[in-house]
Amino acid sequence: MKRFAALIDRLIYTRSRNSKLALIVDYLKHTPDPDRGWALAALTEALDFSAVKAGTVRTLLATRVDEELFRLSRHFVGDTAETAALLWPDAPGKSADLSISEAVDALAAASRSDAPAVVAALLDRLDADGRYALLKLALGGMRVGVSARLAKQAFAQAFGVPVDDVEELWHAIPPPYAPLFAWGEGRAPRPDLADVAFFRPFMLAHPLEEEVVDLADFAAEWKWDGIRVQIVHAAGATRIYSRGGEEISSAFPELVAAFDREAVIDGELLVRGEVQGGPETQGGAASFNALQQRLGRKTVSKKMLADYPAFVRVYDLLAVAGDDLRGLPWSERRRQLEAFVPRLAASHFDLSPLIAAADFNALADLRAGARDAAIEGVMLKRRDAPYVAGRRAGLWYKWKRDPLSADCVMMYAQRGNGRRASFYSDYTFGCWTETGELLPVGKAYSGFTDEELKWLDKFVRDNTVDRFGPVREVEKTLVLEVAFDSIHASKRHKSGLAMRFPRIARIRRDKPAEEADRIATLRGMVT
Amino acid sequence: MPGASWIEPHPSGIYVKPADLWIDPSRPVARAAVTHGHADHARSGHGAVFATPETLAIMVLRYGVDAEATHNQAFAYGDGFERGGVRFSFHPAGHVLGSAQILMEYRGERIVVTGDYKRRADPTCAPFEVVPCDIFVTEATFGLPVFRHPPTGDEIAKLIGAVRAEPDRAILVGAYALGKAQRVIAELRGAGWDAPIYIHGALERMCALYAAHGVDLGELRLVSETDKAAMAGQIVIAPPSALNDRWSRRLPDPVTAMASGWMRVRQRARQRMVELPLVISDHADWDELTATIAEVNPKESWITHGSEDGLLRWCELTQRKARALHLVGRDLEEEV
Repeated sequence: MKRFAALIDRLIYTRSRNSKLALIVDYLKHTPDPDRGWALAALTEALDFSAVKAGTVRTLLATRVDEELFRLSRHFVGDTAETAALLWPDAPGKSADLSISEAVDALAAASRSDAPAVVAALLDRLDADGRYALLKLALGGMRVGVSARLAKQAFAQAFGVPVDDVEELWHAIPPPYAPLFAWGEGRAPRPDLADVAFFRPFMLAHPLEEEVVDLADFAAEWKWDGIRVQIVHAAGATRIYSRGGEEISSAFPELVAAFDREAVIDGELLVRGEVQGGPETQGGAASFNALQQRLGRKTVSKKMLADYPAFVRVYDLLAVAGDDLRGLPWSERRRQLEAFVPRLAASHFDLSPLIAAADFNALADLRAGARDAAIEGVMLKRRDAPYVAGRRAGLWYKWKRDPLSADCVMMYAQRGNGRRASFYSDYTFGCWTETGELLPVGKAYSGFTDEELKWLDKFVRDNTVDRFGPVREVEKTLVLEVAFDSIHASKRHKSGLAMRFPRIARIRRDKPAEEADRIATLRGMVT
Repeated sequence: MPGASWIEPHPSGIYVKPADLWIDPSRPVARAAVTHGHADHARSGHGAVFATPETLAIMVLRYGVDAEATHNQAFAYGDGFERGGVRFSFHPAGHVLGSAQILMEYRGERIVVTGDYKRRADPTCAPFEVVPCDIFVTEATFGLPVFRHPPTGDEIAKLIGAVRAEPDRAILVGAYALGKAQRVIAELRGAGWDAPIYIHGALERMCALYAAHGVDLGELRLVSETDKAAMAGQIVIAPPSALNDRWSRRLPDPVTAMASGWMRVRQRARQRMVELPLVISDHADWDELTATIAEVNPKESWITHGSEDGLLRWCELTQRKARALHLVGRDLEEEV
C-alpha cells in the first residue's frame, strides 16, 4: 500500500499529463501482480465494494475519535476519507506493509455487518498516507485526474505494446488484469476475446482545413451533435461505450434492451426532438443540452426515459455475427450496414443518411445550411478506407459549420494551471443587457497565441479593480471577439445562455466596450 | 469571569491592568510586551516595546528607526522587569529566532502567554521551555486532531529527493520570510545540502539578520543576480506570495513546493497549486498542543488564535478548565 499511497499523492499534486503518465508507467513497471492491476482498477474507478460506504467509515470513526472533534475536523478538511485517514490513531508498533490485494480481498469479502471491523483492522496496519489510499480505494472518488484513456496509455508505454490493443483487451478482462500484464510482458499470447462484449477503439477524424476533397473518393454524412457511442452485443451481453471506452450502459437501459443482435455498431447517441434535422427529414433529434440530462446517471427514472427518449443514429458496422468487418473498405461496411440497420428496432436505431451532393461546391452549399438545421457539420469518409483506431491522416475529415462569434467585454480573469500558473489566462466575459448592465455569458481559456497571452496577462494586472480569492475583476474596457460552436438556453447562468466551445478569436483593442454585443443578439443565435 | 482579574483579554490583545501594558497588541499602544517578530504579533507604532534582543532587532529591520527608540528594552531569556507590581520575564517558545513566552507573576499568581510555539527541534532558535503557571494562554493554530506534523527530517529528505529527480528544473520552495525560510535553509544544511541556495530578494535582509545572530545558513545567492539556467537542479526559496507570481518566470520550469503545516490537508495544497507539499511548521501540532497543556498542567487554559473549538473540546474531554479568547488579526496563514 505504501507504493500505491505514494503514487496517489504524487498524482494529486502533478498537473501535467505527461508527468502523470510517467508516474503510472514507473509504477506499473516496478510493482508485482496482482497489486498493480488492483491499483490500475482503483485509479480508473473500476472497483466497487458494495458493503463499504462513507457511512461505514463515519460509524467506525465514532468508535475511536470523539464525535465533536470528528465533526470539526471534517468541516475543516472537507472530505470524509481524508479526515478519517488523518484522525485514525496510529496503531502501536510497526506491522508489515499491507498489500493491495490483501486489502481488496478483505473488502470484497466483507458483509454489511462486519464491514466496520474489516476496515478497522486494515486501517490499523497503515500510516496516514496508507489510510488515505485504502479509504479512497474502498469508497471511490479518487480524484487524481487519471482517465481510463491515460491509464491505458501508461500500460502501453510501460510494456511497449500498441495502445489500440490495450484498449480492446482492457474492457474484456476484469481487474486485476493478470492476462493483460502477462501479454504485455511477453509471458503469454494475446488473450482471446471471442465471447466477450469488448470495446473497439474509435476511428476519429481530422478537421478539414484548406483541403478540397473529391466526392468520388469520399462519402459525405451529417455530423450529428450528440455523443459518439459504440454498442457491442456478444455472448448475450450488451454494452454501450463512450468515446474513451468508458461503459455507459447503465444510463441507457432502453438501448441495452433493444440491441439484441450479435454485432458491433458505431453511431451517435441522441435524444428525440425537433432541433436537429427537423421532424420532416427523418425522426429529428433534440439539442445536445437535452442529451446532457441523460448522461452520467447510474439509474434512470421512468420520467427521464419518457421525457428524454434516447436513440442511436448508426454510422458504421464493425462486426456482425462474429465477423470482424474493420478491415473492409468503408463502402463494403456501408453496404452491410444498410442491410443490417432495418433488422434493429426502428424506435431506437436509424441509419445515418449519406448526403447527396453533385460535387464539393454543392456540398459546401449544403454545409452552409447546416446551421439552420442545427447540425454540427459534415463528415467526409474515404470510401476505400478500413476502420482504424485513432486519427489517421487522409481517411476521415470533420468539416464543422463555421463558428458563431460575438464581441464580448472581459469582466474577470483567473490564473491558469501548470505552465500557465503565473498567467491570468482564464477569462470570463459578458454582453450588455437592455438596461446597460454587463452579464457574464461565458468563459474561455484558449484561442490566443503566447504573445497575446502575455498582453492579456498584463492587461489584467494593470486594470484590476477588485480581487476575490484567485479571481480578479477588471476594468470593463476590453472587447474580446469570442468564437463558439453554438449557444443554448441555460437556467444555470444569470444571462440565461451557455456557449459550447467558446474561445478567444481576436482581441479587439480597437473597439469601445459600449459597442460590444447585446444579450438579445446572442439570444437570437440560440438553438 | 473565571481566573485572574488583573489581566483582560480584548480583541486587540491582552491588557495587563496593574502594569498598564499590552501583550502583542494589534494597534499602537504606549507600552507593549511582544512575544515574537511576526507581523500579527509585532506591530509598529508603540511608545515602548519590551521584547528579547532578537525580536527587537527583527522589529528594527521591519519597521525602521521607530523601534529603535531608547525607551525600548531588550531582555535575554530568563530575564525580565517589574512594573506596577507585576514581574515580567521572557522564556523560549521555540517558534522563530527570539520568540518568547511571557511569564507574569502578580500577588502569588502566575500567568504564561505563549505567543506562538512549537515543541520539536529547530536549528534556528532556542527550544521551548515548560514554565509552570496557573493560567496558560496557548495558541491553537493547529488545534484539530487532523494536524500531526511528520518528522521534519522526512520532509527535508522529500525536498532533496525532488531536486535529484528533477535535474532540469528549479525546486521553488514557498516559505514565510521570517522564520520558516531560515529554518528550511538550516535544516537543508543539517541534512548535508551544501550547494548554494538561491533566495528571493525579500528574504535577503532577514537571512543576514539570522546569520548575524549565529545561525549558519551557508552560501546564499540572490535569484535576481543569477542566470536562469544556473538554477536548474537547485533549491530556490521565496515568500509564498511569489510562488505563482510573475517573479517565478525567471526560474527554469520550477517545481512549486510549499513548507507549511497546512500542507497536511491535500485540498489546501492543491488550492495553492503546490506540486510538492512539505509539512514543515513552526507551530505546535495537535499532539504537541495537548501534551504541552498536560505537561504545564495549569489551573486554567486560555486558548487563542486558531482552532480554539478543537482544543477547547479536548480540554472538556480531559476535564481541564479552559476558555477561548477571540483575538483579532491572528490568522496570517502564510506564517505557519
